[in-house]
Amino acid sequence: MRLNIKYFGLIAELTSCSEEQLEFEGTKVEEVIELLNTKYPDLKSKDFQVAQNREIVSLKSPVTGGDIALLPPFSGG
Amino acid sequence: MERYSRHIILSEVGQVGQDKLNAAKVLVIGAGGLGCPVLQYLVAVGIGTVGIVDFDTVNISNLQRQVLYGNSTLGENKAIAAKSSLSDLNPTITINAYTDKLDTNNAIELFDKYDIIVDGTDNFATRYLINDAAILNNKPSVYGAIYKFEGQVSVFNYNNGPSYRCLFPTPPKEGSIANCSEVGVLGVLPGIIGTMMANEVIKMVLNFDGVLSGELLCYNSRNTEISKLTITKKQEEFNKIMANPDLLHLKVDQACHFTINEITSEKLSQLENVQLIDVREPHEQPKLDMNKSIRIPLSTFENNLNLIDNSKTIIIYCQSGIRSKKAVEILLNLGFTNCYSLKGGVMSLIEKQSI
Repeated sequence: MRLNIKYFGLIAELTSCSEEQLEFEGTKVEEVIELLNTKYPDLKSKDFQVAQNREIVSLKSPVTGGDIALLPPFSGG
Repeated sequence: MERYSRHIILSEVGQVGQDKLNAAKVLVIGAGGLGCPVLQYLVAVGIGTVGIVDFDTVNISNLQRQVLYGNSTLGENKAIAAKSSLSDLNPTITINAYTDKLDTNNAIELFDKYDIIVDGTDNFATRYLINDAAILNNKPSVYGAIYKFEGQVSVFNYNNGPSYRCLFPTPPKEGSIANCSEVGVLGVLPGIIGTMMANEVIKMVLNFDGVLSGELLCYNSRNTEISKLTITKKQEEFNKIMANPDLLHLKVDQACHFTINEITSEKLSQLENVQLIDVREPHEQPKLDMNKSIRIPLSTFENNLNLIDNSKTIIIYCQSGIRSKKAVEILLNLGFTNCYSLKGGVMSLIEKQSI
C-alpha cells in the first residue's frame, strides 16, 4: 500500500522534507519505522512517537493505511 | 468593572465568568518565550492570583521574543522583572514571584496553592517534574513547547485525560534535542504558542467545552499548518507516578546530572595543556579558530573517540552548555576523568576572550 509519511521538527530536518509517499508491504507500524531507518540511518538515534491517521499509536499497531507521522518531543520554551 | 467590560458583555463570559477568572489561581513555570505571552494575557484578563516561577535572569538575547522585558531589566531576575511589568498592566490582581528553581523538594507544596499549572519551561527534566507533580496534586497542566518554527500545545491531567507521559513516556537522552538557545527560534513563534496556552487556561477556568485535552496540537509557522493528534490515556503511566509520591524517581535523574563537571571560561583561561572540543553540528555559528579547537558533533561523538587526547585536560563546549554536558557524561561513563563541560557554551568563550 502507499503511505503518506509526515515529519515534524528535527526529524523533518533529518529527512530534508516534511512529507513523502512510501510504498509499504508489511503489517505493523514498527516495520514502517524499520523501512525509514534503512532510508535514513540517523533516524535510529532519535526519539519520537508515531501517529497513524492523527492518532498516537504503539509500534506494534497494525498499519491501516493513510498518514503516518513521526513526532519528536520539543523542549524549547 | 470597566476594566473587564469587553468580557462582561460577551454572553458566554458575563459577570459570572469574569468572577470565575478573578477567583482563579494559575502558576506559570518559566517566564521566557512562552511564559511572557501566557502571563500577559492571564494578567490582562484578570486571573485573580498569578504565580511566576523563574530563577533565571534577563539576557539581551531574550529580548527578541520575551516581550515583558527591556533594556532596563537586563540582569534582573525574570520572575521579579515580569511581576513589575505585569503589575502595571493590571494592578488589581495578586502576582507572586518565585525566584527559586522548581525542583522535587518544592514542586508539590507550590502546586498545591494553585488551580492550574502552566509549563513554559525549556528543558525536559522540568517538563517531567511538572507533569508528575501536577498528577500528584491532581491539577491540570497546560503544555507548550517550541522548536525553531514549530510548536506543540496540549492540556494534561484534565478531567481524567492523558498526561505528558502518555504522549512521551520517558525523557529523551539529555542533550539529544536542542533547545532555543542552541538552535534558535523564530521570535513570534512563542507568542503564538503561548497565546494558545493562555486560551486553554481561560477555557478551563470558564468551564468551556473543547479544552485541548487528549489531543496534541502541532503548529508549523512556515506553512501555517495545524495538525491535531489524538493522545490516549495510559493508566500505567499514572500508576507509576502515584507509586512515587515523593518524586523519588526524578531525584535519581537529578543526582546523575549533578556529577557532570563544569568549568567557567575564566577558569579555562588559567589552564594549560587543554584540548578544546566543539560538539556542535558543522553548520553552527560562530566558528572558532580550528587550530585551537577540534569539532566532533555530538551526533557522531561516540564514533570519533580516537580524536580525543587523553593526555590533556579535555574541555567540551557547545552553544549553551547542554550538549557538552552530555558529551562529558559519555566520556565519564567510558572511564575518562579529566574532562569538563564549558559553562555557558561558546558565547562565554567569545565574551571572555579566553581563546
